[in-house]
Amino acid sequence: MIRFIIKGLIRDRHRSLFPMITVTMGVALTVVAHCWVNGIIGDFIDYNARYATGHAKVVTRAYAENLDQSPNDLALLDVDQWMDTLSHRYPDLDWVARIKFGGILDAPDSLGETRAQGPAFGFGINLLSKNSREIERMGIRDGLIRGRLPQDSGEVLISESFARRLEVSPGDTVTLLGATMYGAMSVHNFRISGTVTFGVKLLDRGALIADIKEIRKALDMENAAGELLGIAKDHHYDDDQMNQIKSDFNRHFSESQDEFSPVMLSLAEQNDLASMLEYIQSMVTIMIFVFVLAMCIVLWNAGLIGGLRRYGEIGVRLAIGENKGHLYRAMILESASIGFFGSILGTIAGLGIAWYLQTYGINIGDLMENATMMMPNTFRAGITPPAYFIGIIPGLIATVLGTSLSGIGIYRRQTASLFKELEA
Amino acid sequence: MENGKLITIQNLVKHYPMGKGRFTALKDINLTFEKGEFSGVVGPSGSGKTTLLNIMGSLDVPSEGTVRVLGSEIGTLSHKAAARLRNHNIGFIFQTYNLMPVYNVFENVEFPLLLLKMPVKERRQAVLDALEWVGLSDKVKSRPKQLSGGESQRVSIARAMVKRPHIVLADEPTANLDADNSHHILQTMEKLNRDLKTTFIFATHDDKVIQYLKRKISLADGKVQSDEKSPGNRNPESGHEIQ
Repeated sequence: MIRFIIKGLIRDRHRSLFPMITVTMGVALTVVAHCWVNGIIGDFIDYNARYATGHAKVVTRAYAENLDQSPNDLALLDVDQWMDTLSHRYPDLDWVARIKFGGILDAPDSLGETRAQGPAFGFGINLLSKNSREIERMGIRDGLIRGRLPQDSGEVLISESFARRLEVSPGDTVTLLGATMYGAMSVHNFRISGTVTFGVKLLDRGALIADIKEIRKALDMENAAGELLGIAKDHHYDDDQMNQIKSDFNRHFSESQDEFSPVMLSLAEQNDLASMLEYIQSMVTIMIFVFVLAMCIVLWNAGLIGGLRRYGEIGVRLAIGENKGHLYRAMILESASIGFFGSILGTIAGLGIAWYLQTYGINIGDLMENATMMMPNTFRAGITPPAYFIGIIPGLIATVLGTSLSGIGIYRRQTASLFKELEA
Repeated sequence: MENGKLITIQNLVKHYPMGKGRFTALKDINLTFEKGEFSGVVGPSGSGKTTLLNIMGSLDVPSEGTVRVLGSEIGTLSHKAAARLRNHNIGFIFQTYNLMPVYNVFENVEFPLLLLKMPVKERRQAVLDALEWVGLSDKVKSRPKQLSGGESQRVSIARAMVKRPHIVLADEPTANLDADNSHHILQTMEKLNRDLKTTFIFATHDDKVIQYLKRKISLADGKVQSDEKSPGNRNPESGHEIQ
């Protein structure tokens, strides 16, 4: 009987081709949508972790309350001691100290007078230590456009577009006008060693990167840092793991009455990321549900049309003595075969498109001129193991459900009128 | 089977709902059919021929009275049991052949045996035998659209006969055929009746068919008007004249 069904499917293109195309397209869309959203979420988490939040972050309680403003007057002290503690207690994470700061970057002319200036957003990171992975982590080497990496503590990197706006080049001297940790005005000169593009509009607008030791000098933050970031060594964010580490740290080291006491925050707790990730996941679920529903409706209708086209065949099969349940199950088996093979084809097609989107991505940087979120300019799909099978379940469900609905007509068919119907 | 009687019909009445009332298609029918008959229900359109065939073929149920086919009372059969009765014991031949277009001749004839779950080797032989009976051994691989009307109807006969049913019900089997093909088809069926002792019951108003019948049951307005047997209509097994 199975051979009989398969022969029918192969020979009758109306029976197999249209449903197969529908399933293939639906499954391909599901796979692409899954990979696309997965890639965006993955990049979103990754960029936030690398540039802003870490997978976990230690700050003072007071700093945590004003996290968006990066208030260095509330920075953590005795950083070396805290770094030792964190590295020993939580060795699965790389711990780094960072200072985020704001200020005005001034570009002087040959007489030392202001020629151009603009607001700068800066990072003080461990740039010069041999063991530091910060250069790779922040994509500085890959993003270098002109000049070279800093080799001396007085050197800085600035974003390429910022450099063009200020009309400065590697080798030029710029002055950072900012505020020290104690509220005094800070004026500090740096020499530009190179320009970089981060691929994140928020940073490319006006970022400056210098070694943390030099920034500490500039902002009077001896052995202090705004933030201590912990980043998983395998670069994979595990919310459960981070919550465990966070709970352990806060239980042992954080005092709720002391506003300068350290507190650990997980990635999901910062910048409203948890609700955003939850929202995106919900959107993916809804999107897949809509695809399945649309496919079901299309296949249901295809089944109804097929039922009309095969009215005679169904009638003669009932007359010959095939019982309704057997006929219904045979139809379901037909559709399950279509669903299975359509899902395989759809998955292959979807993975092909997803691979293209993963490799080349879509640059939406121009749409994000004023973005305030840490998101990459180029959105890319991310192919993960679930992508290999995620389309098969909706592909099968849609075909089987579509046929189950349209096939109900078999049970309503009156055998008493078969002779008349078959002779019409 | 009761005393060689394949089908026993007693006081059969069949109503259909029509508007607020009902239409009576068959009125007080009493008939019996024995093994090996080559008989027909004849009459004009609307006389109730197809309704009677439907009930004998377990496609429909009586409103009143009893119809027993091979010992099974049609009115009490479940859908599944009725399908089983048709599958094992009754072959159908339709006016418009109703072959499945995507399957070739062999596969069309094979289908009833697939439902019977017959082993492959046995099934293949049965199909080839059936096609030989109807003279289509050379058309095994042909698709229905490649066949003439007469050939299609012969495939339909092979499909009805392949499981060697006790009864074959044929509703206007020659209505779409020309005279030559009609005679060829009827001769084929007559030969199968003679050789395999299969009971054939026709519903027809075609004179070409009527002249072949050995028993002619005339229906008009749902009632049996006459039940005539041609001389020499004998039970092929017992050799006795069928009463």
